[in-house]
Amino acid sequence: MREITAADMKDMARGAAVLGTGGGGDPYVGRLLAQQALDRHGPVRLVDVDEVPDDALVVPTAFMGAPTVMLEKLPAGDEMTRALRALEKLLGRTVTHTVSIEAGGLNSMIPFVAAAELGLPLIDADGMGRAFPELQMLLPTLGGIPATPMAVADERGNDLILRTVDNGWAERLARSATVEMGCSAAVSLYALTGAQVKEFMVRGTMTLCERLGTAIREASRNHTDPVAAATDVLAGRRIFTGKLVDVRRGTAGGFVRGDAVLEGLAEDAGHTLEFAFQNENLVARRDGEILASVPDLICVLDSDTGEPVTTEALRYGLRVSVVAAPCDPRWRTPEGLALAGPGVFGYDHPYVPV
Amino acid sequence: MLKLGIDVGGTNTDAVLIRDSTEGAVLGVTKAPTTADVTGGIVAALRDLRETTGFEPGDIAAVMIGTTHFINALVEGGSLAQTAAIRFGLPATRALPPLVDWPQRLRTAIGGHSFLCHGGHEYDGTEIGPFDEFEFRTVLDKAVQAGATSFAVSSVFSPVNAEFENRAAEIIAEQLPGAPVSLSHEIGRMGLLGRENATIVNAALRDLADHVTTGLTRTVAEAGIGAPVFLSQNDGTLMDIDYARRYPVATFASGPTNSMRGAAFLSRTPSCAVVDVGGTTTDVGILRNGFPREASTDVSVAGVQTNFRMPDVLSIGIGGGSHVAQGADGITVGPESVGYRLTERALVFGGGQLTATDIAVAAGRADIGSAGVIGNSTRVAHLDPSLVEGALARIGARMAETVDRMRISAEPVPVVAVGGGSILVPDDLPGASEVIRPEHFAVANAIGAAIAQAGGEVDRVFSVSPQQREAVLDEARQEAVDRAVAAGARPGTVEIVDIEEVPLAYLPGNATRVRAKAVGELSLGGDRDA
Repeated sequence: MREITAADMKDMARGAAVLGTGGGGDPYVGRLLAQQALDRHGPVRLVDVDEVPDDALVVPTAFMGAPTVMLEKLPAGDEMTRALRALEKLLGRTVTHTVSIEAGGLNSMIPFVAAAELGLPLIDADGMGRAFPELQMLLPTLGGIPATPMAVADERGNDLILRTVDNGWAERLARSATVEMGCSAAVSLYALTGAQVKEFMVRGTMTLCERLGTAIREASRNHTDPVAAATDVLAGRRIFTGKLVDVRRGTAGGFVRGDAVLEGLAEDAGHTLEFAFQNENLVARRDGEILASVPDLICVLDSDTGEPVTTEALRYGLRVSVVAAPCDPRWRTPEGLALAGPGVFGYDHPYVPV
Repeated sequence: MLKLGIDVGGTNTDAVLIRDSTEGAVLGVTKAPTTADVTGGIVAALRDLRETTGFEPGDIAAVMIGTTHFINALVEGGSLAQTAAIRFGLPATRALPPLVDWPQRLRTAIGGHSFLCHGGHEYDGTEIGPFDEFEFRTVLDKAVQAGATSFAVSSVFSPVNAEFENRAAEIIAEQLPGAPVSLSHEIGRMGLLGRENATIVNAALRDLADHVTTGLTRTVAEAGIGAPVFLSQNDGTLMDIDYARRYPVATFASGPTNSMRGAAFLSRTPSCAVVDVGGTTTDVGILRNGFPREASTDVSVAGVQTNFRMPDVLSIGIGGGSHVAQGADGITVGPESVGYRLTERALVFGGGQLTATDIAVAAGRADIGSAGVIGNSTRVAHLDPSLVEGALARIGARMAETVDRMRISAEPVPVVAVGGGSILVPDDLPGASEVIRPEHFAVANAIGAAIAQAGGEVDRVFSVSPQQREAVLDEARQEAVDRAVAAGARPGTVEIVDIEEVPLAYLPGNATRVRAKAVGELSLGGDRDA
């Protein structure tokens, strides 16, 4: 167990944006929310998965909706605790811990708010080890854990309880409720026992975010290569360094789809890398050959500063490096690929592990 | 038609006289030290320019001024008004009230008055809640009692619907006639905190803006010039003096923008890379159709996160004063530099430090005979030719690499070399179609101000169904054109220079953020009727 204070959140948010692989929402607002909550209520206890008793009742919280909306219509602040309390009341048992469902992007920060306000310990883990666009895309889904009962809460005070036949329906119904609530709402779902956390969650991802963020900041300050530092922490591989020469975007079914083209610099001069994204980066092809694809992580970092670049910030002329890193091995099983592999995102090519 | 361009920097005030922007003749340039009251330097510069060029004050058609005065005031935290930051958004946004991420020092400097009211809009333009007039009037009373004299009003999704901000402005005008009001939808774009912060900064600068704009108008009038006075904005377009009085924050990025635009104009290459070599660093920026490419990331100004669009500039640690050394790993240039002490420390000036300028002189790049300012070449005659050649190659390679990283296609680009250290830029820079060294580059800022046009910009979320896409883009284009005309552009000369559409992620309903920018020739004097 260790205590996390407001001062730790900047590095953690930077690392979370790297794991966001271009999506997951800019953690800026999430970080401010967490910093405010930590300043007001004191530090949060971050506990290792092994410290959690098997019979613990662990209830995650997250934000659902459009990150761009959340940068404009900021949260009231009590949505996550209201969602968590609503679910707790329904379950009829006292929640002992909270945890993140998504380490990538904004949702790495949200559980810190609930943990600080409710005085709950936060478990150093998450349900994806990255970011995914839909709420059924969680490792616990593979383990047969239902996402519901689930609570959705908005800033007005509306609470909604969902019970669905499967996790895909939870996504569908919660998504449309979120739209009615103004495209941003807090959710509390996937109530787990301590034993289930040990079995189905990705361990150590909150500290991974922190280590990533710290490594990038320190490398940048010491004038060493921040992209190399991030690559080391991710145990990944730098697959390309180049300049963004084209970005094409369009919407399909509420999700932004697009492609970006990089022209190589330095040792990659003369080559091109294309990557496709649907909120998150999905597939990277070098001179037409697939080098990495979802569910592995494709992280786009600013070549100079190592700062993660989101798909919404992709612009002509940016100098970026692309780092591919292995996903949690459970995503690589046939069941994992059926839930979040290339086919789910409309690609007919087989998965190529990095 | 004659135009005066004036750049009021922290150290120097530069002034230029040009004849009509399209023709582009520079008739005179001058420099004077900037004074604390801003206007003293202008008086001196105008007097000098008049002596050297003999211009008649009555022949001046417009005076364009670029200044870093307002951004400097924010950085120093001085001359700031007691400001009330009032936001419509409750019950949303409560977690992060106005001023939330501000440095304590600045928050204190403006009084720290932060208020929240109910209302604002959803992304689709429906109300979060109704406007509560009683609540707002109560907040206003509290703000006044707390000592606030300037008012910054923000509202959730005001770029989609500005009704709450406009109603608040009406009530403030009625209750506190003449009190300065800054509205967020007129200042920033999507992203509440960044837009709100820019609005608060603007409000805090309103007193100073009153003072400075009055001083500028008076100074120009006292010089016998009856022409209208304009200030340069961040994006390289102009605002009239009344607009500047209300929106001082719009001058924040005008310095680097004017410098690059001035350099491009002087070299007559509207699309180019500008390489500005100073004493310690080299800054590289890219212009497309005469406007700098903008940085994609949000910028922090004096510790305040804002969403201004700043020019995209890449800096490397090589300048005229950079230390040059022969080490075990070969020749190094920079990042250590003698900086402004070049004329004491460099070998050519009798100092003991080998600098990049010494290398340039030893290679015969600087013609000392004519300029007489680059010191004594005999002091570097002893340098090993292989060191000189190696150092120059190293400098050229770094500059070429930087230009290459900035340019937007594989096509070679024209490179415009400016700045006191521009002799370091080789004529045969790899990746450059040509290297242009314009005259008068030392006053590129003032030239950039003098040639500026009037512009208008739209940045909004539109609901775009596939069949209506063209109609929506046309609507955005038309709005940008109308704004440019309202800002003083002559109808018929206005063109769209940039249009961008970004669909919003995770959001059904095809909500798309559209940004369009239009610019046109300034409408001056009689030609308004033409």
